[in-house]
Amino acid sequence: MIRFDDVTFVHQNGVRALDGVTLEVRAGETVAIVGENGAGKTTLVKHVTGLLKPASGRVLVDGADTKSSSTAQLSRKVGVAFQNPDHQLFSETVEEEMSFALKNFGFSPDLVANRVSWGLELFGLEEYRKSSPLVLSGGEKKRLTLACILAWDPQVVILDEPTVGQDSIQKEKLAGTIRMLRSTGKTVVVVSHDIEFLWPIQPRVVVMKGGKVVGDGPASEVMQDRELLESARVAQPQLVEFHHWLGRGPERPFVDPLEARRWVEGGMRP
Amino acid sequence: MTEILKIDGLSFKYPDSPRKAVSDFDLEIPEGEIVALAGPSGCGKSTLLRTVNGLIPHMYSGDYSGDVLVAGTSVKGSSMRDLAQNVGFLFQNPENQIFMFSVERDVAFGLENLGVPRAEMRKRVDEAIDLLGISSLAQRAPHELSDGQKQRVALAGVLAMRPRLVILDEPMSLLDPKTASELVELVEKLRKELGTTFVVVEHRLDLLVKHADRLVVMSSGRKVIEGSPREVLFGDEAESYGVSVPAVTKVQRMLADDGAVPRDRLMSPPELATAVRGALR
Repeated sequence: MIRFDDVTFVHQNGVRALDGVTLEVRAGETVAIVGENGAGKTTLVKHVTGLLKPASGRVLVDGADTKSSSTAQLSRKVGVAFQNPDHQLFSETVEEEMSFALKNFGFSPDLVANRVSWGLELFGLEEYRKSSPLVLSGGEKKRLTLACILAWDPQVVILDEPTVGQDSIQKEKLAGTIRMLRSTGKTVVVVSHDIEFLWPIQPRVVVMKGGKVVGDGPASEVMQDRELLESARVAQPQLVEFHHWLGRGPERPFVDPLEARRWVEGGMRP
Repeated sequence: MTEILKIDGLSFKYPDSPRKAVSDFDLEIPEGEIVALAGPSGCGKSTLLRTVNGLIPHMYSGDYSGDVLVAGTSVKGSSMRDLAQNVGFLFQNPENQIFMFSVERDVAFGLENLGVPRAEMRKRVDEAIDLLGISSLAQRAPHELSDGQKQRVALAGVLAMRPRLVILDEPMSLLDPKTASELVELVEKLRKELGTTFVVVEHRLDLLVKHADRLVVMSSGRKVIEGSPREVLFGDEAESYGVSVPAVTKVQRMLADDGAVPRDRLMSPPELATAVRGALR
């Protein structure tokens, strides 16, 4: 669905933000991209949407080279919720914000109304329907951008730091939404520092450092590689660390706290 | 111990809002504590902070009752200038408060505004830069720095004012976990070395619980929980208010309920693993 072939990108100030990135994301995969500040994660995402074009190498989205695709063509396939929601909210009301792209894509008025109500309901924003997006809190704005994107049903959904400013209840809902997208066959790419949020979702994890992909594999493998995580300045999920220090735990680390409890209780029974 | 911050029966309602943003709020913070403030988005945290740094009532009008005292002096009766010397504020996004051509100029900005004499300014800027370990960045332009570095520069500017109380508004939200944990270590160091009091607004408690003396949870403008991190996170209410209980604490809580591990302190993953190995022996 998304393919990076030896992609390099250099910022105007000379910083090599992507340095020979080769990466393939298959349709229906859920992929987390992790790495320290400045590792190139957001630059990578901007290449998928065609906002940035590679200096060398190529990026293919659903088979089409982003160099020869328009942003409009790409955005029908790829929906992105950027890190800073202020960069993508501009309508008078929350309702208009949500209808904007849907109308542009030529959906019928009935469908637009339905989708808007669905999105506002799903993300707990119904009470703000007639409010300006500017009065929302940071966390609410992020939910609104996500609602807008899901409403037009793109094949690929990219979330850049979706948990910033979200409390634990909203994070749970967000994890639920990602699982829902996965079960409906969407391709989901999540860029996040929030390792504790990513771990229970068990995505494929791509680790970036200095514009390069330095690790790639199932969460259970990548998150156990302490050397790799250390070098890329990525924290290890607490449950994986707990499993590591247990020494003689089960083969795979615990995915959730209940699983850890069951294992310990099992070991304590006479 | 003296209180650096005392909030006494505070209520505040914005003019156009149907309900109070902060309601009958009481809080007393002794000098030198690190206090974590959590609660769902829209619970009134930002409004509460504005009543401490004086933006409310000096810049925002509304229905204000009760009182906020910083170092024994009422915020209502203090000028913004006096408050700026007692209360430092670090915004969520450091880009909102660093804007000069060099890091050094940025750190000096607040002092320049107060008209601090040149020699004294030099001393305080050097001290703050040294304390935050950013002397190698002093001549750089702030916009060339990484997010973690920018945060340090902004914090140096705050500390150069030598405030007794520093408020950090979700300081870790934009930082990677390693950089965030370095920031928490720094806060602990400043508390130890300078005796500064910190109020940290944060959803991510996994890094903070080790150092915080107290955890305050807000909901709908009210204080709903207050206690040590251990009391709050082992309690069953915190999660219903959207407080993130660290995964390892969830495991410890369940195992402690079963009597397998102690509940007298919050354990890190290696500590809990050691306790579990002991229980399984």
